[in-house]
Amino acid sequence: MEYFFQQVINGLTLGAIYGLIALGYTMVYGIIGMINFAHGEIYMLGAFISLIAYLVFSSIGGGSVALALLAALLVTMVFTALWGWVVERMAYRPLRGAPRLAPLISAIGVSILLQNFVQIAQGARVKPLPPVIQGGITLDLGAEIALSISWLQIVIFLLTLTLMVGFTWIIARTSLGRAQRATEQDMKMAALLGVNVDRVVSTTFVIGAALAGVAGMMVTLYYGVIDFYIGFIAGIKAFTAAVLGGIGSLPGAMLGGLLIGLTESLWSAYFSIQYKDVATFAILVGVLLFRPSGLFGRPDVEKV
Amino acid sequence: MEDSSPPLIRSAALAALLAALLALPLLGVRLVDSANGLSLSGRPELVAWAAGGVFCGRLIIDLFRRWIRDFSIRLPVPPPPPEWTRFGVGWALALFALVLPFLPFADRNLVDKATMVLIYIMLGWGLNIVVGLAGLLDLGFVAFYAVGAYSYALLSMTFGLSFWVCLPLAGLFAAAFGLALGFPVLRLRGDYLAIVTLGFGEIIRIVLQNWQDLTGGPIGISGIERPSLFGLSFKAVPPEGQTGFAEFFGLNYSADHRVIFLYFLILALALATNLFTLRIRRLPVGRAWEALREDEIACRSLGINPTTIKLSAFALGAMFAGFAGSFFATRQGFISPESFTFIESAMILAIVVLGGMGSQIGIVLAALLLVGLPEWFRDLQMYRMLAFGAAMVLIMLWKPSGLLSSRSPTIRLGGRA
Repeated sequence: MEYFFQQVINGLTLGAIYGLIALGYTMVYGIIGMINFAHGEIYMLGAFISLIAYLVFSSIGGGSVALALLAALLVTMVFTALWGWVVERMAYRPLRGAPRLAPLISAIGVSILLQNFVQIAQGARVKPLPPVIQGGITLDLGAEIALSISWLQIVIFLLTLTLMVGFTWIIARTSLGRAQRATEQDMKMAALLGVNVDRVVSTTFVIGAALAGVAGMMVTLYYGVIDFYIGFIAGIKAFTAAVLGGIGSLPGAMLGGLLIGLTESLWSAYFSIQYKDVATFAILVGVLLFRPSGLFGRPDVEKV
Repeated sequence: MEDSSPPLIRSAALAALLAALLALPLLGVRLVDSANGLSLSGRPELVAWAAGGVFCGRLIIDLFRRWIRDFSIRLPVPPPPPEWTRFGVGWALALFALVLPFLPFADRNLVDKATMVLIYIMLGWGLNIVVGLAGLLDLGFVAFYAVGAYSYALLSMTFGLSFWVCLPLAGLFAAAFGLALGFPVLRLRGDYLAIVTLGFGEIIRIVLQNWQDLTGGPIGISGIERPSLFGLSFKAVPPEGQTGFAEFFGLNYSADHRVIFLYFLILALALATNLFTLRIRRLPVGRAWEALREDEIACRSLGINPTTIKLSAFALGAMFAGFAGSFFATRQGFISPESFTFIESAMILAIVVLGGMGSQIGIVLAALLLVGLPEWFRDLQMYRMLAFGAAMVLIMLWKPSGLLSSRSPTIRLGGRA
């Protein structure tokens, strides 16, 4: 039983990371109806940038680990946001209105490009980072069940929660959020009513990329090893999470992420660790077959 | 011209600044892992190079655009080539491919590379049925290629069947896999389908990697039987009861014979694929593929069953991938899951898309460009995939519908309009 609860905690941590990436997929899909295949690579860039930034800040900043981490987090968000903006601007915006498959293929191109760019720039070997945040607390639940939760896991939960709340507030309350919801419903009409659609789409990519950057930093700290290839599988899993939650729905993406994280961790714990990716893909196929609109999505009707 | 030059410089400078910023963390700093953990080393010169490169590039592009606008130069639009040139080019290419191994400059190396290119041409033609004609985006095509390769390898290793018996079987197996996968997922919309097929491709690879008893896991299968020509072996010492190819024709034994034989084998397979596609496009099912690609709702209201039609395209494409896979296995004599990664799928898809989704000749050109060209630049191996990704993006931006796009239906009512 203790093992089970421990796996649930680990799964939820993983799920929080997937959920943050999934938000980027779901927002972009909601607004321009495109699968941003390169989103996983932005997350990978985030992992690398955060590692580099952390090393830089911890060498110039002196002793404080917390300060270095905070600075690295901000720098990571800024730089991944910049990458997201540039990718949208150069590879996707010119293709708005092109045949449906064109942006997807362009996105695959961006994905291959970024992967190989990082491989060449930083080398193909895995980059290890010794644990930065150590220790944790032990929860005594009685009945001889004692759960250990590391500080890092708590940080990841809190950060995800903060970002989610902030993000929901932006979408629900600010004028930017209003413009975004309007564009999502009807891009042409929103443009006629004075919404700067291009800017809204850009902002969507920027926010999504910044969140993926945070996820990248979390994974760097949590696993302690990264390489240039982590974006591909994580991207597909996050996409699965977005589909599972109902693509276009923000709480759905987060819930989907948590479910995928749980599945993966329980599957590895009880069945087989080699086939954990197969479990995720099976969920993806299953959801698309039996409930394409996901848990929270609206069923979309194809019109002539 | 004078008044507008500052913005020109300014936009280039902005682009350069952006490039420098983007490059700063990833190019400017390198992670060095040594015995005592990670350390950093700076490479500011690379950031400067990136910024400088982008500055010049942006300036040149802007100047070029301005030059076109100011002098209202129309880039010449080539007139559509007459009907016979298309056939002419096709026949000329086929003829050239036929005599290639006997040309004076063709050494073993060149024939080997041509064989590699032909495998991709065949895969491209197979995927073209799915993507180009039926309009279904398949990101897991390599799965069927893998199924073909492993079917041949396993059948030949376990039951000792010859290549010629296994070839149709491998195609059948791949087609069956295509049917099994396609049946549930083909109802999905375009981009969902793409992701599901991608997932399927990965599942196949993971299974191949982990099912050690059957597939040998990451080590793969080696020592796969080579094909023979009507029982004529290409080995230096033919096995008991068989005649060697060289002996039969009274030639001196040479290892080149097999290389040339394999070349002709894949050429025949590829041309068969091509012929099949060209023919089936004129049949009702082929026309239904193209109609479905253009407008699914209209098709449904005309009584075409989209699922069966899509399924047939999916299975046929998979079958050709299976043929190509078993050829790959017999040529290499060794297969492992490494050869069937997502990058292969992306490569084949890029060939089809680059070729213009539906154009048979376009696929030949694209395969020459994407597979043939990098083969010559082996030294730049590292940068090959980088350039490949960039090319995919740039070609989409430049021509969203491909190099030689032939979206026009194969058959028209009442002759050519």
